[in-house]
Amino acid sequence: MKILSIYDFSNLTQAIHTWLSGKMSVVSTQVVEMILVGTVFLLFFAVLGLVLVYAERKVCAIIQVRLGPMRVGKWGTAQTLADFIKLVFKEPLITRDADKFLFNLAPFIIIIASFMAVAVMPFAKGLQAMDFDIGLFYISAVSSIGVTSILIAGWASNSKYSLIGAIRSGAQILSYELSAGLSLLTIVILTGSLQLSEIVESQADGWWIWKGHVSSIIAFVIFIIAGTAETNRGPFDMAEAESELTAGFHTEYSGIKFAFFFLAEYVNMFIIAAIGATVFFGGWMPLHVGNFEAFNNIMDYIPSVVWFFMKVSAIIFLMMWFRWTFPRLRIDQLLTLEWKYLLPLSLMNILLMAFLSLMGWHF
Amino acid sequence: MTTAAIDTSETKEYFINMGPQHPSTHGVLRLLLTLEGEIIKNVEPHIGYVHRAIEKMCEKSSFQQIIHLTDRLDYLSCHMNNEAVCLAVEQGLEMEVPERVKVIRTIIDELNRISSHTLWWGVMGMDMGAITSFLYGFREHEMITEIFEETCGARLTMSYNVPGGLMFDIPPHFQKMVKDFLVHFKKKLPEYDTLLSNNIIFTERTKGIGYLSKENAIAFGVTGPSARASGFACDVRKLKPYSAYHKVNFKEIIFTEGDCFARYKARIDEMWESVSIIEQLIDNIPEGDYFVKTKAVIKLPVGEYYQSVESARGEFGVYIVSDNKKNPYRVKFRSPGFANLSALNKIAQGCKIADLVAIMSTLDLVIPDIDR
Amino acid sequence: MNEVTEYFSDIFKGVRSLLKGMSVTGYYFLHPKEIITQQYPENRDVLKVPERFRGELVMPHTADNQHRCTGCSACQLACPNGSIIIVSDRIETPEGKKKKIIDKHVYNLAMCTFCNLCVRACPTDAIVMSNDFEHATYDRGDLIKILNQPGSKVLEGIEE
Ligand code: SF4
Ligand code: SF4
Repeated sequence: MKILSIYDFSNLTQAIHTWLSGKMSVVSTQVVEMILVGTVFLLFFAVLGLVLVYAERKVCAIIQVRLGPMRVGKWGTAQTLADFIKLVFKEPLITRDADKFLFNLAPFIIIIASFMAVAVMPFAKGLQAMDFDIGLFYISAVSSIGVTSILIAGWASNSKYSLIGAIRSGAQILSYELSAGLSLLTIVILTGSLQLSEIVESQADGWWIWKGHVSSIIAFVIFIIAGTAETNRGPFDMAEAESELTAGFHTEYSGIKFAFFFLAEYVNMFIIAAIGATVFFGGWMPLHVGNFEAFNNIMDYIPSVVWFFMKVSAIIFLMMWFRWTFPRLRIDQLLTLEWKYLLPLSLMNILLMAFLSLMGWHF
Repeated sequence: MTTAAIDTSETKEYFINMGPQHPSTHGVLRLLLTLEGEIIKNVEPHIGYVHRAIEKMCEKSSFQQIIHLTDRLDYLSCHMNNEAVCLAVEQGLEMEVPERVKVIRTIIDELNRISSHTLWWGVMGMDMGAITSFLYGFREHEMITEIFEETCGARLTMSYNVPGGLMFDIPPHFQKMVKDFLVHFKKKLPEYDTLLSNNIIFTERTKGIGYLSKENAIAFGVTGPSARASGFACDVRKLKPYSAYHKVNFKEIIFTEGDCFARYKARIDEMWESVSIIEQLIDNIPEGDYFVKTKAVIKLPVGEYYQSVESARGEFGVYIVSDNKKNPYRVKFRSPGFANLSALNKIAQGCKIADLVAIMSTLDLVIPDIDR
Repeated sequence: MNEVTEYFSDIFKGVRSLLKGMSVTGYYFLHPKEIITQQYPENRDVLKVPERFRGELVMPHTADNQHRCTGCSACQLACPNGSIIIVSDRIETPEGKKKKIIDKHVYNLAMCTFCNLCVRACPTDAIVMSNDFEHATYDRGDLIKILNQPGSKVLEGIEE
């Protein structure tokens, strides 16, 4: 475990903290640290949005037997940046009868909600802005604030398409929140902790997706379905449903406010993937195979941040793959899927997992 | 801020304008929906946004010129439209076209039907939210378009038919191109099934949705695959064979379910039938002339002429009244899209908005064909 | 009990159909060779346009600036939308006869529907369809073309 410590970020963060504390009072240290973390996350968001949008466009292009963006920069790498600049310079239109205050507020809520969730994300050992003991609970709580933004956006636009989209989205996210939470709970039975860093540590000798057998695989499948639904992505993009509702809840948005909704979709996707990676695939833990020492040592050389992002991108790819394969469900079928299939299954699964863990049948 | 008093009494129903600019109306069609929640109470199509007075223009055109106007009706089955006019004119001139022309026309007809159906399949997937299928459908559509381009020099608005035959002979490598395409297409068509037809989400969304009874199909004049899915045998190729259709064996695809999935399946199966028709003909193109010379100015004897063909969407008819001048006295097109659209209200009542999109896709509407 | 097995077999069948669908898209993701789109302006050199492609109406001229158009106006009559206007001149032949010759063959590319009727109508095969499809200009006026080149003459003996 010596090698791992090279990639341990807690020394670095600790050093910064000590250095700052030496210079100023406790309160101002806190403030400076908050600002630092905030800036880093803001930058991270911007980069994340650009990278993910580009990735999605390329993935979908290759799946659809085309090349995707190719013009701006080599292989179109600067395309999303160009799009972003275009969106910034576009006129932010507001419809005449819209509720201006709420209309302007909505994009910020959705961004703030996703921003808050990243706070507890353990990117690597010691690289975590805050380490709550109820981290997982906090994430599921915070990530569902986003729906209020969608509801507000739909209502304030004063457009029927937006309203239908918003109401659909409300029904959808409220229901899927349940199975997402329950499937995470299934793993919490094993970890015995809601603290994300502990959940990661508990997987040092193997990821929960292996250690929990069938039960965790079912939990993961349920989680990924519910997670996709929560991010309002296809096949669950009921709220947007461009062939039915033109653009759903953000029909009336343009320019930078639209960009916020767009960005939030991708950040949410990242969050769901990150939770999935942390809880089921060991977060930043390298892949270890039993007593295969040589292999394990090589794996340890790969920095933990890289491990984290590799797992996250794998899950994100899975979600993109879903989106570009499946047709959209209808709203009532969506609810049927949740209440008739996913919810009973996840309840059963929890029982199964409790039983497994009681008998000590997991690894 | 308008602060109109809100009527809090029973205001359950509300209106939504779907279109004229809407992603799933595929053109400028406006549907006035009366909704209760998401349930559709009434659909009122408003048409005419792309009305170009084509029938009136025909009265000012010579018979050769009419053909290129019919390209612009149902542009996805342009060759069938062309053919209908040519057959009507040939009927008026009492002229027999060479066998070679008939066979080539039939092959191109079926290729055109496949290209129309592949595009429809892609758009259908897109309407249901599976955008990827759009590109796959377009891929096959483009391949056929390329064959057309080699054959007659145009990709979409072909004008390949002229009264008395064809505008060009087929190029020497025509058979090879078509055969190569068929090989490719027979590999890809099962993929269509894996991607959509067997997909649980897709079947859930189409099975039992948008029921059209046989009686209603007949009453509204619905034709084509949409009507055959309701059990109404209306294939003009079978009922009144034209060109080389009497020479080939093919099945008329008939389903009795009458729902969206049956309409979907009818088109998929029709593509297989088209493949088999082309295979029967492609090696047996008789030698001969590719057109019979007509006078530069065609004058039809006084009278009325009607010719219908089976286009990709249903029965396409041309009705010509001639007064022995160089222009027709009156031309009327019986466009399948118009009749199919009229049944929309009947089918869609009680469905959800999402179902309406599926229903419209399976009716396969082409707006210029409706508005003319 | 039957309902329970049905419930689970429904789930199983559903998931299987979904996975099958994913295998199709997954196949295309792993086989970028299947990509069919082309990079258009870059592939200009290798772009193959079919010989018959109707891109634009042109009037071929011989090396000594002669064309085959007699100014008979057949193409103007055949055109369904008035894209062709023949401006003719009357000259006096050496024998003292009045004769119609072509002054300008005006072709409006912007209105043309590429129906090929004019080419078919022309008795002397003076006009043909070229393969050029890059018509974009900044000025609509550029699309109105005069097909016979300035100073060009009718090919000898074409009238007979
Ligand atoms: S191609 Fe057709 S539309 Fe164009 S100039 Fe010739 S006759 Fe007119
Ligand atoms: S181009 Fe041909 S048809 Fe037209 S005026 Fe000249 S000779 Fe006559």
